[in-house]
Amino acid sequence: MAIFQSKNRKNNQILPYLFTSLTWCSGALIILIFIGLIIELCWQGRQAFSVFGFEFITSTTWNPVKQQYSAGVSLIGTLLSSCIGVMLALPLSFGCAYCLSELMPRFIARYMTATIQLLAAIPSIILGMWGFFILVPLMSKYVQPFLKQVFGNVPYVEILFSGGTFGVGILTAGLILAIMITPFITAMMQESFANTPSMLKESAYSLGATKWEVMRHVTLPWVQKGVIGGIVLGWGRALGETMAVTFVIGNAHHAGWSLFTSSNTIASLIALEFSESTAGSLKMSSLMALGAVLMMISFIVLFCSQLLLKQVLKSR
Amino acid sequence: MSQKLQKLHGNKNYLLSWRFIKNRLMTIFAFVTLGIMLCILVSILTNLIINGFSGLSFFTLFHMTAPQGLPGGLLNPILGSIIQVGLATLIAVPLGILGGVFLAECPNKKLSASIRFIADMMMSVPSILIGLFVYIILVMTMGYSAFAGACALAILALPVIARTTEEALNMVPVAIHEAGFALGAPKWKVVFLVCLPAARGGVITGILLAISRIAGETAPLLFTSLGNSDWSWNIFKPMASLPLVIYQYADSADDIWINLAWTAALLITIFVLCLNLIARIYVDRRRKKDQSL
Amino acid sequence: MPFVYQKNLITFSMIGLSFAFFAACLPSVKAQNITNITGVGSSFAAPLYQNWAASASKEIDIKVNYQALGSSAGKNQVIAKTVNFGALDMPTSTEQLTSANLLQFPTAIGGVAVVVNIPGIKENQVRLTGDIIANIYQGKITKWNDPKIAGLNKDIILPSIDIAPIYRADGSGTTQVFTSYLSKESADWKKNFGANTSIAWPVGMGGRGNGSVASTVKNIEGGIGYVEYAYALQNHLNTAQLKNISGSFVSINENSIKAAAKAADWVHAKNYSVDLINTKDDDSWPIVSTTYILLPVYSQDSKAVIKFFRWGFDHGDAIATQLHYVPLPIVVKEKIEKTWEYAGVASKEAKK
Repeated sequence: MAIFQSKNRKNNQILPYLFTSLTWCSGALIILIFIGLIIELCWQGRQAFSVFGFEFITSTTWNPVKQQYSAGVSLIGTLLSSCIGVMLALPLSFGCAYCLSELMPRFIARYMTATIQLLAAIPSIILGMWGFFILVPLMSKYVQPFLKQVFGNVPYVEILFSGGTFGVGILTAGLILAIMITPFITAMMQESFANTPSMLKESAYSLGATKWEVMRHVTLPWVQKGVIGGIVLGWGRALGETMAVTFVIGNAHHAGWSLFTSSNTIASLIALEFSESTAGSLKMSSLMALGAVLMMISFIVLFCSQLLLKQVLKSR
Repeated sequence: MSQKLQKLHGNKNYLLSWRFIKNRLMTIFAFVTLGIMLCILVSILTNLIINGFSGLSFFTLFHMTAPQGLPGGLLNPILGSIIQVGLATLIAVPLGILGGVFLAECPNKKLSASIRFIADMMMSVPSILIGLFVYIILVMTMGYSAFAGACALAILALPVIARTTEEALNMVPVAIHEAGFALGAPKWKVVFLVCLPAARGGVITGILLAISRIAGETAPLLFTSLGNSDWSWNIFKPMASLPLVIYQYADSADDIWINLAWTAALLITIFVLCLNLIARIYVDRRRKKDQSL
Repeated sequence: MPFVYQKNLITFSMIGLSFAFFAACLPSVKAQNITNITGVGSSFAAPLYQNWAASASKEIDIKVNYQALGSSAGKNQVIAKTVNFGALDMPTSTEQLTSANLLQFPTAIGGVAVVVNIPGIKENQVRLTGDIIANIYQGKITKWNDPKIAGLNKDIILPSIDIAPIYRADGSGTTQVFTSYLSKESADWKKNFGANTSIAWPVGMGGRGNGSVASTVKNIEGGIGYVEYAYALQNHLNTAQLKNISGSFVSINENSIKAAAKAADWVHAKNYSVDLINTKDDDSWPIVSTTYILLPVYSQDSKAVIKFFRWGFDHGDAIATQLHYVPLPIVVKEKIEKTWEYAGVASKEAKK
């Protein structure tokens, strides 16, 4: 392409070079930032990794008095809260996407889509605030006692719903995350559904299939990968969410079976403890190492989601 | 499968059949989920308006934040947010547009594909990690500053702008490219003076969406611009911003501060939602224009 | 096609105009040479410093930006020299002071209140002991109507709801003060958890800063937490009575904090590191602490910092009392003035 071989032209020798080099630089900048992000976090966390070794991931102690740090509790909290978020978001977003792309008249659906997408635009700190002031009292007064009553006597399940009903905890954090990622997954699903060839759908309708059967047997198999990719991408977003979670998770270093216990996520732990740690201390290094762990997890998750979505784009 | 469907359709009591009921149930389920999401949105917005509107006065908008117990406003966080988001936009827009041009025009398809892949991933990288990164790079060397905060926000906005610019450039008809070449213009002139102006709708939409995304970000500002209870024009000093004030005030137990936090939240939400609506309307208009052509 | 339409021109100029309008509305910045100083640290003392800063900026040319990030942040950032002064609630050891070239002095005395949220229970109605609190925070007492608590509170009916212990999730001097109190009261606590700015809490949930602990206690039924006294008052939280070392139950108020401050030995304390926990006086509140300032000895801005705190000592007692801190005794203030001069930081021209 001529833009990168413009030295052949005799006039305007400088401008083409300038533009070409500038575009190359900003392209390279994206890679540099990304790689720098990974390397710097690992480098700053090297002290923690070398002191604690593999125990940093597996152990669950976080004891500033004894200078023992590990990622265990916050890792479990991160994975658990985001998984709850995805599990709750899945039916919600599927229902919304089904409703918006198949059931509603086109012109209403357009406005509804825009409305649901407004939810995605609300900054996470505001969701956190809403969660803290509106959702937490609701959870502690109604939802958690109700769950405790229903599942309290079921063997094995009761352990999930034991403990005090204070409103904060992993379940509430999962709920907030679900609200955050639902519009996102909905948009992905809607886009995937729209990509199904209408010929396939119409031939199923002509055979007398109901709307649900078309969705279940025609559209969903066709867009499988796109939908999964969207869900995984939503999961990736939920993993690193900081502000909304910090408000409602309770910020405690416990890992318990109960969904009502306060816990911690990597992101919220970093946000809380960071300003407290001396530069160069083991604690600071541990926090950076936590960041590196979070980066690794989200890297893997996002990588998978992009791969899945890439295949969908290719098949279009 | 078609056999299965035909067999099912053969059932005379079709209206009472399980298929029909299942279809109904799924329809109800879908509308219920949509209703839940709408309820949540309405709940958030009404709470914001009810709690935030009472504090939205002339006094709040034109007075500095004050210590607990004294009457205070939100002037310095508002201005701080405007300055930091503006600075971030100034940094991110040129770099993002150039990056988008690179993605669209790079001759090495493998390279551009991998950068595109990375840019897509960067859009979802936890924002707190970007805050950490900027802390390591900038704050460790030159202290807390509004500039560091703006850099963190710019890193968040960069991939969004780059990707939307690229998509907008790819939408530009080949005929426009070729018309430029036919006039004897070199490639860079065609790209920057013909294609980019033709794609400006998409680019502007991308910029608006990027701004609306970074305006409400808190996590990257936490370790970079620190917050400031007073006003400072110096971008190399700590600076206040609305999200940080919300983070600080919402956790206090003081009713006045909580009210101020709601007001700040209302301001950010109005700003972000307006930007989103403008971007969306803009997209819709352009789509209509394209269809009429 | 021209890139800028007429319409766009109008839009841009509108945006520009609104910016100009906003800028014009800014309070006019005085052309004096105002010194800006930044401090971070204890949220325990944050209301005091922020109020002092607001009043001082009218009288002296110093603007103070104080961010309540927690005591360990105060210490760490002042050692890292990213701020002009750090504020913390526990004394720093002499070795650390000399190795980092820091100066330490106290500014005010405050009490840590134990706040509770029990439905139907009013201010200062519930009586607790240090041992019971240690048991609560260890997860050994989980209900408010536990026989141990009920035994102390025969005159009131405690509901059978879960206790939600709430603590500071960030490193905090308030935590240090509170846990050293628990360590003195309970041998179990001392052995298992000890006293520090942040410890490995076995149960409960964390809040960020005094304010967050206060609001969490306020929001959660059955909550118990510890906050600086001013926060408890400002936020209308119910405090609990505690048994002090003389065996009497006291409620937290200015007099009980003052009694504790009086009983301490200020004269012989090195670097002002006095221990105000469990002071031997019939009326004294058991959890009291001094709040300190750390500032670098070799720094130009330290002069301004000292000027600010000198103003605070001379004119700020009323503000401190209003915010429910106890001002330092005159003897201590005089000793601090000598320290400033001795360290050679107090510049002569700053003195009037």
